[in-house]
Amino acid sequence: MPNFNVEMPTHILPRIAINVALAEQILVGFIRDQINKAGLSRAVLGLSGGIDSAVSAYLSARALGAENVLVVRMPYRTSAPSSYADAQTVIDDLQLPTATVEITDMADALITRFPHMSNLRKGNIMARSRMVVLYDQSVEWGGLVMGTSNKTEFLLGYSTIYGDSGVALQPIADLYKFQVRQLARHLGVPSPIIDKAPSADLWDGQTDESELGFTYDAVDQLLYLLVDERYTVDEAVAEGFPHDFVLHVWRRVKANHYKRTMPNIAKVSDRTIGHDFLYLRDWTGR
Amino acid sequence: MQVKIALSQIYPHMGNLERNLEKHLQHIEEARQHQADLIVFPELSLVGYYVMDLVSELAQTPSEHDPIFARLLKESQTIDMMVGFIQEDSRHRYYIAAAYLSQGKVVHIHRKVYLPTYGIFDDARYFSAGNRLQAFDTRFGRVGMLICEDMWHLSSGYVLWMDGADLLLCHSNSPTRGISASEDGRSTVGRWVDVILQSYSAMFTTYVVHVNRVGYEDGKNFWGGSSVVNPNGNTVIQAPYFEETLLMHSIDLAQLHRTRSVNPLLRDERATLVQAELERILREQTQ
Repeated sequence: MPNFNVEMPTHILPRIAINVALAEQILVGFIRDQINKAGLSRAVLGLSGGIDSAVSAYLSARALGAENVLVVRMPYRTSAPSSYADAQTVIDDLQLPTATVEITDMADALITRFPHMSNLRKGNIMARSRMVVLYDQSVEWGGLVMGTSNKTEFLLGYSTIYGDSGVALQPIADLYKFQVRQLARHLGVPSPIIDKAPSADLWDGQTDESELGFTYDAVDQLLYLLVDERYTVDEAVAEGFPHDFVLHVWRRVKANHYKRTMPNIAKVSDRTIGHDFLYLRDWTGR
Repeated sequence: MQVKIALSQIYPHMGNLERNLEKHLQHIEEARQHQADLIVFPELSLVGYYVMDLVSELAQTPSEHDPIFARLLKESQTIDMMVGFIQEDSRHRYYIAAAYLSQGKVVHIHRKVYLPTYGIFDDARYFSAGNRLQAFDTRFGRVGMLICEDMWHLSSGYVLWMDGADLLLCHSNSPTRGISASEDGRSTVGRWVDVILQSYSAMFTTYVVHVNRVGYEDGKNFWGGSSVVNPNGNTVIQAPYFEETLLMHSIDLAQLHRTRSVNPLLRDERATLVQAELERILREQTQ
């Protein structure tokens, strides 16, 4: 596991700060627009007790009305009880319709067949089990499955393909974790959710930052320079980031691009989906 | 002379000509009730922006033989309008176009000259570029039209200015990029466009009207913020961000003589010097 536990620059942070009022307007409008274009008025959202799904829940409730946002809690037997309780504070604050679907039985049906399964494999099975539950609930509820991924984890590939990335729309996937925190404060997300250490909560004591080997503040600044500002690796190093850290992060971004794109289609015909059959996803014209 | 202008900041739905026509007619009616002389719609207002492979099926020929234009030409008997559409020429090339309709006639068509093909833009993949920048006469004096990227080039406004335009009508499909807290409440692109419009008006001592659309296409949002800038470089009215709006504003064309008395930039402009120097520069560059 990498560990870049060294002093990192902080002077880029002010440049990352967003206008939260504009962000709220754009994202609330986006959610409403996407749901309307699908001919629907409702959404389904997996609520973990973490900041990303909380922010997505607040935005969805403002866009669609709380009564139209079904939040689903999907604990596994190792999930921290505090996560469940944190999710409850969001539900209480927004007065959201709620369902709880434990994934222990469905995930363990596979996990127990492989006694030496790694935490990575278990975590992926849990993430994909939750995707299955959400898409099933979306049929009954008549709503789209709301994404809760942020830009940092999406770029780093710190996500499960066809798990947490298996959603219908992504309202906060262009916001770094730092910006998600800013927006969370603006939206009134309960502060214990904003202040606690981010965790995928796949096993006891797991935190994102210990698993990644660096802090969100450090990597958000670096990703902002590399992605948004188009800095070269050398230019990012000149800003004070360790060279091996910059290379490690940039390699992760490249190596995980497959998680952010549709699978390649082998072209043989005169007109091929994705290559030269080109329409917006919003093609419906509604 | 007072000219009452209606800025129609609408959400054109991609590929839905009928729905978009309905919206146009609704705003035309409302503008008429406010005694507007001219209504300006956004870029590609009849078809939406990211049309991609739908270009050929959405293209129109602006005449009374086209059912949508026939309707708009009828409406133009009582109100002038600038409308955005895809124009197909006789040899089946497609252009991002703006038509100025007045008194039942197509007075002028401008074809987008600068097709942005970078970042989030892919215009040149789907469209041919226009190759004319011409002002034209209207019942309010001489007018020039520019489409979105056209106005990001100083030369576009300059040519229209030299061609006699005292009123520049610009329209856009401008998506939001950049919502940094360090901006003054505007998006980065919104601030940039405001600066461009103010620069045009201040340097050409003309009125500048800009109408930008709102709404979403895939994940991109269009910020609106349509505005009128007077010949002194002041933004005199601006529509809200993100909301469909019909904004009414009267401009006083007499302001042109007042501004140009104080700042006779047009009188002193030396177009022949610009021409001679440009010819020299282009000659030297090709040697």
